[in-house]
Formats: sequence, structure tokens, C-alpha cells
Amino acid sequence: MRVALFLTCVNDTLYPDTGRAVVKLLTRLGVDVDFPMAQTCCGQAHYNTGYRHQAEPMARHFSDVFGGYEAIVTPSGSCGAMVRELYPRMGERARAEGRGDTLAATLAPVVPKTYELTEFLVDVLGVTDVGAYYPHTVTYHPTCHGLRSLGLGDRPRRLLQSVKGLELKELPGADECCGFGGTFAVKNSDVSAAMGADKVRNAESTGADVLCAADNSCLMHIGGTMTRLRTDMRPVHIAEILASTEEEPLV
Amino acid sequence: MSGGTFVGMPSFPKAAHEAVHNQTLRGNLRHATHTIRAKRANAVAEVSDWAELREAGKQIKDHTLRHLDRYLVQLEESVTAAGGTVHWAADADEANRIVTYLVKATGESEVVKVKSMATQEIGLNEALEAEGINAYETDLAELIVQLGKDRPSHILVPAIHRNRGEIRDIFAREMSEWGRPAPEGLTDTPAELAEAARLHLREKFLRAKVGVSGANFMVAETGTLVVVESEGNGRMCLTLPETLISVVGIEKIVPTWQDLEVFLQTLPRSSTAERMNPYTSTWTGTTDEDGPQTFHLVLIDNGRTDTLADEVGRQALRCIRCSACLNVCPVYERAGGHAYGSVYPGPIGAILSPQLRGTQSEIDASLPYASSLCGACYDVCPVAIDIPEVLVHLRERVVEGGVVTRDGAKVVLKPAKGHAAERAAMRAARWAFGRPGALRTGQRFASRTRRFHPRTLPGPGKAWSETRALPTVPAEPFRDWWQRTHGGKDASK
Ligand code: SF4
Repeated sequence: MRVALFLTCVNDTLYPDTGRAVVKLLTRLGVDVDFPMAQTCCGQAHYNTGYRHQAEPMARHFSDVFGGYEAIVTPSGSCGAMVRELYPRMGERARAEGRGDTLAATLAPVVPKTYELTEFLVDVLGVTDVGAYYPHTVTYHPTCHGLRSLGLGDRPRRLLQSVKGLELKELPGADECCGFGGTFAVKNSDVSAAMGADKVRNAESTGADVLCAADNSCLMHIGGTMTRLRTDMRPVHIAEILASTEEEPLV
Repeated sequence: MSGGTFVGMPSFPKAAHEAVHNQTLRGNLRHATHTIRAKRANAVAEVSDWAELREAGKQIKDHTLRHLDRYLVQLEESVTAAGGTVHWAADADEANRIVTYLVKATGESEVVKVKSMATQEIGLNEALEAEGINAYETDLAELIVQLGKDRPSHILVPAIHRNRGEIRDIFAREMSEWGRPAPEGLTDTPAELAEAARLHLREKFLRAKVGVSGANFMVAETGTLVVVESEGNGRMCLTLPETLISVVGIEKIVPTWQDLEVFLQTLPRSSTAERMNPYTSTWTGTTDEDGPQTFHLVLIDNGRTDTLADEVGRQALRCIRCSACLNVCPVYERAGGHAYGSVYPGPIGAILSPQLRGTQSEIDASLPYASSLCGACYDVCPVAIDIPEVLVHLRERVVEGGVVTRDGAKVVLKPAKGHAAERAAMRAARWAFGRPGALRTGQRFASRTRRFHPRTLPGPGKAWSETRALPTVPAEPFRDWWQRTHGGKDASK
């Protein structure tokens, strides 16, 4: 099976380790991974800040780049939700504005083929034990778009529970937002920081060494808050845990 | 005794700043919202067909809104036939003028009130006060807000920001100004506080000749109004006075009695986490020698038909004011209700106020951003209002402007001021994202200069870096690594 990796602009620029982990993990599971070099950004930041019309060419570009693949895998719940939930809505809005079906038709092919990483592993590959080894105590934060827009459910936790050496700790208030929210973190910085601090305190109360999530933008916010609050916990993307093995452990 | 108004509020982030750092307020809010949140989840889980009830509620409301003109005419006919009088008010001023006139016509100078969002929305108490009429709130939480010369901060529990000690102090200090004083040596135990309020209010109920109420629902086929409440004060206001004036938003109609079946299940479970609310009062016009002998219904528009004209935003009019979205909202929990600058706080307030009032003022232009778009509000809403969708839609109105309906006419809005830098940044980003080559050059530049990156950001990013550390830029972006290691495979693109 040949899949395209949609790494997202944030991962590509700031978190290349997550991308390398996805390639390593999927290759280990026998998947042929391609990274289309023409990919850029799904347009979520633009769309969610109110620049829907500017997000449209970005969505069209996404479709041009990824339309030809059997499956598109992304290690980001929120970018996955952008394609799956909001691309169809962009098409509908264009239609409502009297611009016909062109945008909807352009975007339609990529919508059902786009999978968030844990969804792809569990639903498409049918695995929950990916042969990973990660000897740490971990608490899992289900990010909002993964939880509510994509409905990832217990998939990430099932994957983590099958990791050798990993001890999973339940996070109190897990389904509460960490306070990132894209431009929200800048526009409503006080409230965002307060939400982040509460998330970190809840995570600390579990006694885990690692806070894991399936979205680097939330982890950036939580991790930045951890540094400022001087906690010993580390934020780690789930792909990096799942890619870690006894032979090549993630340090 | 004015409750204070929301006129001239600063933007949401400025208003929230203080609340975030007020530990008492945050403690009060956190405790209250988390308690009710957990109870609500249990009350909802008990109902096996909750998803169907939610869908039914949504459809009944959508159907009614689509044919609102027809149902409003039907309602007017049935209310009139039952002995009531219907008045139409296009905006707050007109509604206040009508109610003031009606009260004055009775020769009275005081009224008792059932808690009502609509009368708060139009500032009725202040308008009556200006004409020498005292309006007494009789809902316990509303009484606390009124006596404290405060503003409500929650739809269902307007005094949610107050704790017992603060309430005791307000009662002891203020009750004697307006009627029966608080008992000597009042403590902060809930039973004593409730008894003090009961005695103070009883005097008012028995004296009042005019009652003012809102309504949760109006049934078009019979002209019946419905109030759902917990304390019984509403029933007193609805039955004891000689004249009853109900002030209701035009969107509160349901076509038939049967439709109530859905909402009388979803509303109490969503709002107070009860299977059934303690008091459901219904009244239809007037009845000889029983209850008020004069009944007026004042129907208010106040921005509602303009909202109805917006195909994305109109779903906000489905709201049954259960307040479930407030109780799950992490932003509401930290910012407090006052920061929303309206009687409608929380997620629903963030989409309703900028639609009813327009996005011109500082507060109204900032409300669509008062959310991290986490989606918890949409999940709990018993009429499935997609609040995040409407927030993003209203953000578009703020930054891009566009055609909207105001006072029944189409007007073209200019983009709001203060977004020029953001718009430029968004355009630049879109330009780079349209050109993978340019994006790559930028990434490489960032990687090469990573040692020189500041640990704090200038401009709008400053607030971020003050409370959170920035990530370090990696030595090599992913795409360069991919090209180096998997190079030939996809180099053409
Ligand atoms: S928007 Fe929905 S959840 Fe919020 S108050 Fe209205 S009905 Fe309740």
C-alpha cells in the first residue's frame, strides 16, 4: 500500500522528528510512504481565523498534491479534521455563494482518503500492537479536534496500552481543552495561559514523566507552559512513542 | 435599583484579564460549573434516546424559524382569542416604551418580575426606574444580583460568581433599603439565606398589582405561554397580580403542545441536571375570577429577524437558554460571565450578541474570538447549535466584512479596524503556502539563523512568549531531511 504523508506545516518546520517517526513506523508496518514535496499547509489557521476565502486556494493546492494517492496519513488531529470536516463545508459555502460546484468537486476526492495517524493504524491497517517499546509512565491528552471532530475515541489509548514497557496514567479532566486554539493563544493570551497551566497541573498530578498527544501544536503550547512552570514532564507526540523500539529506542 | 448595564464594554480579552487573575472568582466558577457539568452528564446518560430528542428539538426549532411569519400570526390570533393583547416591538426602546406605558396605565409604581432574559436584554428595569417604577426581581439569584447592584454573569445562575459569604453581606446590607430587612444575625448557611429571601419576597408578592415575566416557550396553536422554573417565585408572579405583562423574543414559538414534549425533557436535564423541573407554569390569555384579569404579550424582535436572514448564523435562534454550553466552556470558566458584555455570556453569548447587536462595537467585534474552538459547547447543546461553525463565520464578518442584514435592509460591512497587520500576515502566509519553494527558503532561513532567534516575541506574539516558552527551530526541516534521505524518489515535485 502506498500512502502519502501529509506532515502539516507546523510539523515540517518545527517538529521534523515527528515526521521521521511516522516514516519509520509506517515503513516498519510494511507501508510504502511517500512525501509529496509540493505540499504546504491545509489552510486551517486561515479558515479558523475568518479568512475562508484565503484558505480556498490552499485547499485546492492540497487536493492537487494529494488527490492521486490511495490514502493520506497525517500525524495531526486538527489538520485531519480540517480536511475531513471543513473542506466539505468550504465546498457548501462556495455553492451557497452562487459559485457552483467547482470547489466542492475539487476537494471531494481527498476528504474520505485522509486519515489521522492513529485512525489509519487501527482502522485501515487493523493493528493496535505496533511492536513499540517505550519504558516510561505516560499520560494521554486527547486534543479537541481529535476527540470531537474526528471522534478518535480510544484508538490512541489502545495503541499506547499495547506498547511494551509503557505505563499509562489517566489524565484528570482529559477532555478539557489545553487552551491553544491557534490564534486564540495570541488573541486571548490570558485565558489561554490559564487553561494551559491547569492542563499541566492536571498532568503533573498523575506522576507521569511524559504527556503524550496526537497534535504538535497542542504539545507546543503545553510544552511551552511546562517549561515556564518548571515541571519535569516532557511533551511527546504519539508517533514518536509508537516508532520507538527496543533496537532503536526513543531517548 | 438598577442592575448595571453592559454599555461601552471593552473588548473580551481586556475584560477577561482581571477575571483570570481573580482567584476567588475563578474558584467560585470552577466549583459551580464542574459540579453541574458532572450532574448534567449523568442526567443525560439516563435517557436512552437523547440523540433523537436532540435532533427532534433541532428540527422543531428550524421548522418554526422557517415559517416564523405564519406562526407569529397564528400566535397573535390565539392570544387575542383567549383574552390577551399582543404588542409588537421592533427594538429595545420600543419594547421598553410599551411596557412602561402599560404599567403606568395601571396607576402602579412597582412590579414584581420573574427572571427573564428578554427583559434584561432590553434593559427594562433601568427603563422603568427612569420613569419612577421599581421592578423587583423575585428569582433568588436575580435578587442577589439586583441587591448587589451587580450584573448577571450566567444564564441560569446569574449570581454564580458570588459565594455564600458575599451573599450574606449583600442581604444584610441591602434588604432593608427595599422592604423587609434581613433577620438579625444572618449567617451564610443556605437555609438561612433562602429563608431571608423568602420573607423579603413574600411581602412583595402579596403587595404587587403588576407582574412582568418572560417565557421559555409560546405555543402558537393555543396562545399558551410556558415558564419553567425551580423556585416557585415565577408561579407567584404569574398568578397573584391583577395585570400580567409577558415580554418574549419572537423566536420562542413552538407550533403545538406536542412539541413541548421534547423540550420539557431536554431543557431541565441540560440546565439543572434534573429529570423534571419543579415548576412548569402555563397560561393562556385570561380567565374570569382566576389569575391576572389583564394580560399583555409584548413580542420583541430586537435584531432577531436580521439574524434569521443569515443562513449560517440563524441557528443561534434555536437556543432554549439551558446554559449547558456555559458550564462546559473552558473559556467561560476562566474569563467569567461579565467579560462577555451581555446578558448572554459564554459560547451562546459569543455568537448571539454580535448577531443581535452587530459587530461594530469593540466588545462585539472581539466576541467571535472568545473561543478556542474546542467544540465542547456543540457537543452538549440540546438543540445542536454548531457554535464553533458560527464563531468562525462571524470571524469572517469581522475580518473580511461582507453583506449583512441590519434593520431589515442589506448593508455592506467594511472589515473591522485593527486587523490590518493580521490580514497582511495571513496573505503573506498564503502566498508562501502557495509556493512550496518559497516556503522551503523560509524554513531554511529559519534553521540557519536559529541561534539568533529571540526567546520572546515582539508585537502580538509577546503575550504568548510571556507565559509560554517558544519551541526551538530544528537544524533541518523535515522536507530537507526527506530530500537528503529519500531524494530521488519524489524530487520532481
Ligand atoms: S446554545 Fe445550546 S447549550 Fe447553549 S444555552 Fe442555548 S440551547 Fe443551551
